[in-house]
Amino acid sequence: MRFQFTPEQEQFRLEVRKVLEKEVPLRWKELGYQIWEETDESWAITKEWNRKLGQKGWLALTWPPEYGGLGRSQVEQFILDEEMAAIGTPTGIETAITIGWVCPTIMIYGTGEQKQQYLPPAARGEITFCLGYSEPNAGSDLAALRTTAVEEGDGFLVNGQKVWTSIAHRADYCWLAARTDPEVPKHKGISMFIVDMKTPGITVRPLINMTGFHSFNEVFFDNVRVPGKNLVGQKNRGWYQLATALDFERSGVGTPARVKRMVEKLVQYCKETKRDGRLLADDSGIRRRLAQLSVEAEVLRILCYRITWLQTKGKVPNYEASVSKVFGAELLGRLTDVTMHILGPFSQIDRGSKWAPLQGEGLRLFLTSPSMGIGGGTNEIQKSIIATRGLGLPRK
Amino acid sequence: MDLEFTEEQNLLKSAARNFLKNECPPSLMKEMREDERGYSQKLWDRMADLGWLGVMVPEEYGGIGGDFLDLSIIMESMGAVCCPGPYFSTVVSGLAILSGGSEEQKQRILPKMARGELILTPALMEPDAWFEVSSISTAATREGEDYILEGTKLFVDNAHIADYILCAARTDSGEGVSLFLVEGKAPGVRCTLLNTLAYDKQCEVVFDRVKVPAENILEEPGKKPALLEPLQEKATVAKCAEMVGGLQSVLDLTVTYAKEREQFGQPIGSFQAVQHHCADMVIDVDGARFITYQAAWRLAAGLPAGREAAMAKAWTSDAARRVTRLGLQVHGAISYCDEHDMHLFYRKAKAGEMAFGDSDHHLEKVARGLGL
Repeated sequence: MRFQFTPEQEQFRLEVRKVLEKEVPLRWKELGYQIWEETDESWAITKEWNRKLGQKGWLALTWPPEYGGLGRSQVEQFILDEEMAAIGTPTGIETAITIGWVCPTIMIYGTGEQKQQYLPPAARGEITFCLGYSEPNAGSDLAALRTTAVEEGDGFLVNGQKVWTSIAHRADYCWLAARTDPEVPKHKGISMFIVDMKTPGITVRPLINMTGFHSFNEVFFDNVRVPGKNLVGQKNRGWYQLATALDFERSGVGTPARVKRMVEKLVQYCKETKRDGRLLADDSGIRRRLAQLSVEAEVLRILCYRITWLQTKGKVPNYEASVSKVFGAELLGRLTDVTMHILGPFSQIDRGSKWAPLQGEGLRLFLTSPSMGIGGGTNEIQKSIIATRGLGLPRK
Repeated sequence: MDLEFTEEQNLLKSAARNFLKNECPPSLMKEMREDERGYSQKLWDRMADLGWLGVMVPEEYGGIGGDFLDLSIIMESMGAVCCPGPYFSTVVSGLAILSGGSEEQKQRILPKMARGELILTPALMEPDAWFEVSSISTAATREGEDYILEGTKLFVDNAHIADYILCAARTDSGEGVSLFLVEGKAPGVRCTLLNTLAYDKQCEVVFDRVKVPAENILEEPGKKPALLEPLQEKATVAKCAEMVGGLQSVLDLTVTYAKEREQFGQPIGSFQAVQHHCADMVIDVDGARFITYQAAWRLAAGLPAGREAAMAKAWTSDAARRVTRLGLQVHGAISYCDEHDMHLFYRKAKAGEMAFGDSDHHLEKVARGLGL
């Protein structure tokens, strides 16, 4: 047992830190954006940032060199993720989807041609995928999806609707789950496709989220022709590929790093701010709340490390990933509560005002944190996974 | 980083598990509530034979020279079966002697302790001094070469059967608190058993002008005391390990029960509400385990572990409350019966939470570490 990184890994962390300190765009820091606050400007910065990481081979650090990676270890990926979250780089959901989930699945199930076509440009930060999973009546019950892909000639004809599709309006490709056999039990008739978002028949309609930003969408498929070569893996085996993609979540270490960063900001704030004549840092209630968050961030960090450690052992994380997902989502909720509590009435003011502490981060957290327990499988779904897959409790 | 035990540690773990499963079922804790000594001599002797009493004692003093992770593995296994008795109090006292005792004291005490011939216990808390060293008021006054102790200690584990009590007392030489090795039967030592929640044998110990001869002074008074905080730190982490074992057992018992118990024609473990209770327990137990291992590993590696120990105890204390309550909830009324084991774990978890500082105490340490 060893709760320490090797000297080489620590060296890599220093290298990463040095690069990040120099390279994070000034404008990004000024904006003080959270990753899912989507605007044209933030997207442009993000794209440029991904290309920059791609040039260093850091975007797809663990991929084999033939696909544009550096073949580095999962531990180094953990370190890179942690440092990026700690400093707040313009890396967001697009990287998680493209680099973290879709491409590793293509690496396993894709044809040689598919791998060559999509993996290297993804590793260079040139292409982005969105996830064509959820539908109006297939959210947590994903296998109930009804979008169809019917074989026609040498391809498929896709019809249906997806929803909550993050960055569909930015993405180059959709990683689409569609029903290819309606006659069999619902999870046995699904296939996975790579669909070019410029294909005629695709309509993307924005859904404005409660932060006021356009991050997700409805996507309509109206007689969309998808070439046969864009089917990934075996027809009707898509559910299993999808399950693989869900297991490819990265370590998830971004959340504890983010909590830690916020706690540090709050500590600083409490050391400088008086309320009713007393320094906030002297308030025992506040001290305990912040210490509690810092303990929870550490617990989550180790749980995330467990995922990386399992990966380095060649195992596929299973319920362990759900443990850190649900714990991370709940922790962000608690971080929000403590932040709003400490900032008090000032937490209501958005950035831009002289009265908004910490660039309005309390307000941002309040608006964005609920999404963490919903997106990517709700907390309830994660807990059911822990119970059934992790503990072997019976399914109903 | 590596989250796995070594092969030897895994062997120790499975050996400890099997041994305790056979020799020390949780029901022993119930038997011991009626026993004035509070432990089984037979079990104690066998643990000594296995080398557990000397697990961290170097071979030159008759121990097996293990490290803090080995001790944690044993403590976790004991927690898993609610093992009663003076193991914890003896071993953590031994650690203080090992790190701060004179050569003569080590020679005199450690080999006997490793053979299971001595019972030791630390006496740290007082009615008005829970965990802060600065609040200790038991007085040690110099008389010639000796010291005279005067004061009352509380929650002293197994003091009534202890051969030596490690008493923390304030000296008049200006440098604060030192540790004294007091013979349990020394004139002026009065032990009274407290009737406690977890059926453990905690005592009130009154030191009424107790003479401690020079050879039993563990720490040279007048120098800055260096033993007490490391002792508390190690005891804290060992206690966490014990608690982790207990919490894992609560989870195991609960999952087994949820798979077997049927209501509305199906196992209750198929109901989402019950599943989610169990999932919440997993998060707490896994978190407690790894945050504790992190602190234990640092101690084993000889690294500073103050921050990690505080984090481990803060989290594990709170987790213990949540896990045991959910365990009881899933079991329903059966677990409320004396014959069932759940209340033993519930009791032990609470006692563990209060030992060596609850989460508030340790969160304050973490807060200071944050710069607050």
